[in-house]
Amino acid sequence: MEASHPRVSKPKRNGGGEQWRAALFLSPSWLLLLLFFFVPTILTFYFAFTNMALTGATAAKTEFIGFENFKYMFQDANFRTSVWNTLIFLIFSAVIGQQVMGFIIAVLMNGRKQWFRSVIGSIVIAGWVAPEVVCAFVWFAFLNDTGTVNAAIESLGMKPVAWLYTFPMVSVIVANIWHGTAFSMMVFQAALGDVPKEVEESAMIDGASAWQRMIRITLPMIIGSVTTNMVLVTLQTLGSFTLIYALTGGGPGMATETLPIYMYHQAFVNYQLGYGTAISLMLLVIGIVASLLYMRMLKVKL
Amino acid sequence: MAKGKRKWMTGLLVSLTVLTAACSNNSAGTSASGGDSSNKVVKVAYGKWNETDNWGKWLTSVKTEFEKAHPGVTVELQPIQGAQYATKIPLLMSDPSSAPEVLAEDSFMINADSEAGYLEPLKVDSWSDWSNFNEAIKAAAKGKDDKTYGVPFSTDVRGLYYNKELFKKVGLPVPWEPKNWQDILTASQTIHEKLPDIIPFWMNSGKAGQEATTMQTFEMLLYGTANPLYENGKWITQSPGILSSLNFINNIYSNGFGPPLSQVLTAQAGQVLETDLMPNQKVAIALNGNWLTGTWAASGSKPWPEALDVYDFVKMPTENGQAPGFTSMSGGWTLAVGAKSVEKELGWEFIQLAINEKHNKEFAMLDGALTPRLDVAKDKEYSEQPGTLYAKAADFITYTHVRPSTADYPVVSTAIQEMVEKVVTQGASPQDAMTQYAQSVERSVGADKTETK
Repeated sequence: MEASHPRVSKPKRNGGGEQWRAALFLSPSWLLLLLFFFVPTILTFYFAFTNMALTGATAAKTEFIGFENFKYMFQDANFRTSVWNTLIFLIFSAVIGQQVMGFIIAVLMNGRKQWFRSVIGSIVIAGWVAPEVVCAFVWFAFLNDTGTVNAAIESLGMKPVAWLYTFPMVSVIVANIWHGTAFSMMVFQAALGDVPKEVEESAMIDGASAWQRMIRITLPMIIGSVTTNMVLVTLQTLGSFTLIYALTGGGPGMATETLPIYMYHQAFVNYQLGYGTAISLMLLVIGIVASLLYMRMLKVKL
Repeated sequence: MAKGKRKWMTGLLVSLTVLTAACSNNSAGTSASGGDSSNKVVKVAYGKWNETDNWGKWLTSVKTEFEKAHPGVTVELQPIQGAQYATKIPLLMSDPSSAPEVLAEDSFMINADSEAGYLEPLKVDSWSDWSNFNEAIKAAAKGKDDKTYGVPFSTDVRGLYYNKELFKKVGLPVPWEPKNWQDILTASQTIHEKLPDIIPFWMNSGKAGQEATTMQTFEMLLYGTANPLYENGKWITQSPGILSSLNFINNIYSNGFGPPLSQVLTAQAGQVLETDLMPNQKVAIALNGNWLTGTWAASGSKPWPEALDVYDFVKMPTENGQAPGFTSMSGGWTLAVGAKSVEKELGWEFIQLAINEKHNKEFAMLDGALTPRLDVAKDKEYSEQPGTLYAKAADFITYTHVRPSTADYPVVSTAIQEMVEKVVTQGASPQDAMTQYAQSVERSVGADKTETK
């Protein structure tokens, strides 16, 4: 306890009192955390093991049913489909899409003129600032049957495409990349700004090509930021609901039904709150596993 | 040390005071609104299905009269967007602070919601007007415990609309009397070949369509086969009937007889059909309900006086034309009292006023709905209202079916919608979709309550 306590420059006079005072000032936030964070979290754990429902006899009498929800989950073909969809969506839109795009933009902007950086930066950030629902509408206006893309295609004399139905997953992935790239870009911009010029310059004098400098010097020096960004972006994307729901509603069929959408459908459309909660718990597990995996793979300690 | 302790105590006291103040404030607020007799509020929750909002028009008129008769009482109408209704209404009802006194309850939800303890049994036995309601429709408003939980204000029938002008154009017989499903497919084929820009066959097809997909599409097919949906307390989850129903749906879409998926799988699909596709004659055959005429009435969102000159409404045949030859489905909406609401007595009084002879006639004529009241049904002004299907509906009703009245129905219904959408989007073959449906239902209702035929 003592060791983890922040060091104070003044010598401690009455050590006990100091701690009491700290506890006193922290108590409101602890109380709020307890009330609005820990209690709901613990309740979520509990509800995942019940047959809680929104209507029917079980709504009046919720029972503890052990691992039934989880047992069913692993036989549920729809659950498997939505895990698969979630992984596809996560890998292509966040891990690859947003990060690579963000990195490329950050590298290209690095060392350019200020006005150039602010113009490009603001344009990219506009996508991030817009709330997810707004993004969804923007992309709906762009991709729907009579949307901008089809209008352009038709003016060229080609047949319009029902983008959201023919390529639903691609559509939501592109929309999410557009929405989230700015975040990765900003993280990488900050990280690249911290790489000392001298190191790169000496590498250049030693005859390293631009590509070698990027792979051997720059990337290893910002690996910490890459990992942090990867974890944050993954967690954001795993929980992404609004964008997909407003754009495709998880359809057509099960084509874009990711876990958050499936959870919503089970809990509030199918009225199975208990099962929905169990799915949300799995989502949490996937998030934790993914984060640990990144840290292990990139050999970084946060 | 002592000083520190005192400060700590003060801090604790302060935070406790703040907390208790917050709590007591809250409880004072709720008791004030409940206890004050001069300003009672009756919340009325209902579905706003489209911009016409016929339900809102009807309930506003009832509100005016009710408030006049009960000084100091305010009726608060709470319109809920149609696509969200099924999700929002149980959430509202489950909490005492939001439970509406009066709510529109689809009759298929009555069992589930009454077992959940959301609905108040109604004292219909001491209500003299109750004898004016159709007995069969009354039965659908009863819970498992044989108590009545809702007063019906509408009922309906389903069948096929077909476009007489398009049929004539391609040389199909008018009047058209399909004898079996093959007749429908053959007619669709003819339309598809001769009028490639016309949608040969339209039906609700997706999860977004919710109960409309279950009832107007799947059940209209299934009840025309030899296998029912539910029998002797068991859900029949795999049967030749389900398979042929799914095959019919698959035939429509895989042959290109259906509308584009981007149009039919959205929550707006029904509205697009009523206000655009049918009035602009882009659909040859549509499987739907009698209430569509409400949209085309002078007060509707798409007034279209010639509607029934262009489209005729005919009975849906059984699969192979087997006896009794035709099939239909009937449901209907009721008004119910929220069990957790405050002013339950006033809520019950509001319902009695809202579905009396005058207001039910007003509603039925606005909405194009069939009345559950015998006196309104006999009213010439209602039954001879131009542009409606009341006369035909009487014939349809002799072939009609109602949905199984069990608390599990809502869950099974969403599983049906999922199954239909899988077939429509070619996400699964009819056989696989049925297997997954069986699994899903088994899990929801218990294996002991399902059966394979």
